Amino acid sequence: MQQMDLFAPEPKTITVTELTRGLRRAIESVDVFQNLWVQGEVSNFSRPQSGHWYFTLKDRDAALPCVMWRSTAELQAQVPMNGDQIEVHGGLSIYEAQGRYQLYVDEIRSAGEGSLYQKFIELKNRLEAEGLFARNRSLPAWPQRIGIVTSATGAALQDVLHTLERRYPLAEVVLAPTQVQGPSAAVLVAEALGMLDQFAQPELILLVRGGGSLEDLAAFNSEIVARAIVRTRAVLVSGVGHETDVTIADFAADLRAPTPTAAAELATPDLQELQARLATLHSRLQRQTPIAKINRARQQLDELSLRSGRALAQRTRWLRATLQGHTARLQALSPLAVLERGYAVVRTADGTLVRQASQVQPGAALDVRVQRGQLHVEVKETKDD
Amino acid sequence: MAKPKEISSLSYDQALEELESIVQQLEAEVGDLDAALALYERGQALSQHCSTLLEQAELRVQQLGSDGELTPLE
Repeated sequence: MQQMDLFAPEPKTITVTELTRGLRRAIESVDVFQNLWVQGEVSNFSRPQSGHWYFTLKDRDAALPCVMWRSTAELQAQVPMNGDQIEVHGGLSIYEAQGRYQLYVDEIRSAGEGSLYQKFIELKNRLEAEGLFARNRSLPAWPQRIGIVTSATGAALQDVLHTLERRYPLAEVVLAPTQVQGPSAAVLVAEALGMLDQFAQPELILLVRGGGSLEDLAAFNSEIVARAIVRTRAVLVSGVGHETDVTIADFAADLRAPTPTAAAELATPDLQELQARLATLHSRLQRQTPIAKINRARQQLDELSLRSGRALAQRTRWLRATLQGHTARLQALSPLAVLERGYAVVRTADGTLVRQASQVQPGAALDVRVQRGQLHVEVKETKDD
Repeated sequence: MAKPKEISSLSYDQALEELESIVQQLEAEVGDLDAALALYERGQALSQHCSTLLEQAELRVQQLGSDGELTPLE
């Protein structure tokens, strides 16, 4: 043992507060201590009136006091129970009033979720290296038949059906129902994808599921489902979970949508747009009636004759003659004008005009157009004049 | 020229596509008046067909069974 140096200056006496505060600052200044994931078993869990959560995380040889403030605790989907194996994230500090170090927790997950995530990353990297995520085909503009792979009882199906009904009721939908959760879900989802693609042959498949924990989404993070996705002949759009969930299925799909509803929206044209497009075409068509054409030609002619004077008189006369010819032909051809007078237009089934009785045989079916409507008639007898 | 298809057998996108091409032809003012008249009549019919399809459209939902058979859902 070293001899005490009697002349060395004594350390300055400090208060308990000074010591504790100094320690707290020292701990808080270490970055590693401020960004920790710690695993252990929950014990002494308590939730007093304040709404904060207090518990101890322990393993065989040690214990760590933990706090989660009410503002964060309120957002947790699950309340931990004594005996649960969990992983907590947070920063370490000291509660000065009791001289106790504790972990200020801001995130909780069940034990093993961390390793699930690790496996997810490994699988993703492996499949990516294999080139499985290269599919990026474009969507069919007018899908006639749309396949859906999801649970028959889930909200995701209802969301998708409502969206399709609202946006694009022209489509035919084929559901391949499957479990989307549980130990056999991955195999069943992969089977449903294959069956749907092979038997119903849709141009487009929506693979959808509502949100859930990483464990709930396991089927969509499985290799077998990723491979089934890549095999589909149909273009595949995934919509799994909430906005923030990204799955292996999303990477393998041609297109990833953040939610089931968004998948249905991405995959289909909107009825409102279809109607608007039709309306535009219709009004463009109305401006092209043959009568409007003649009026425009006449106007052109007027302009020409005004501007041109003598040099163009010849041409004007010619144009006028042509115009009259057109007008006359149009009127002669106008089915309305002729039919109004009680005449009828008779055509054979292939649309040829019937001008002579010898053109048709007894028994032939003919279409007769009268002023209002059409008649489908059968020839009883033919007679030449 | 191929014989035009029966309008009632056209899907919405086929009808709309043909209508679009008819309107473009009419706007380009090529061809004589009787051709224009025929085009115009067909355009009218296509337009009518499209809006009927939109009005009557109702989502058809079927379910794929484990035997590969399709049955109506609901």
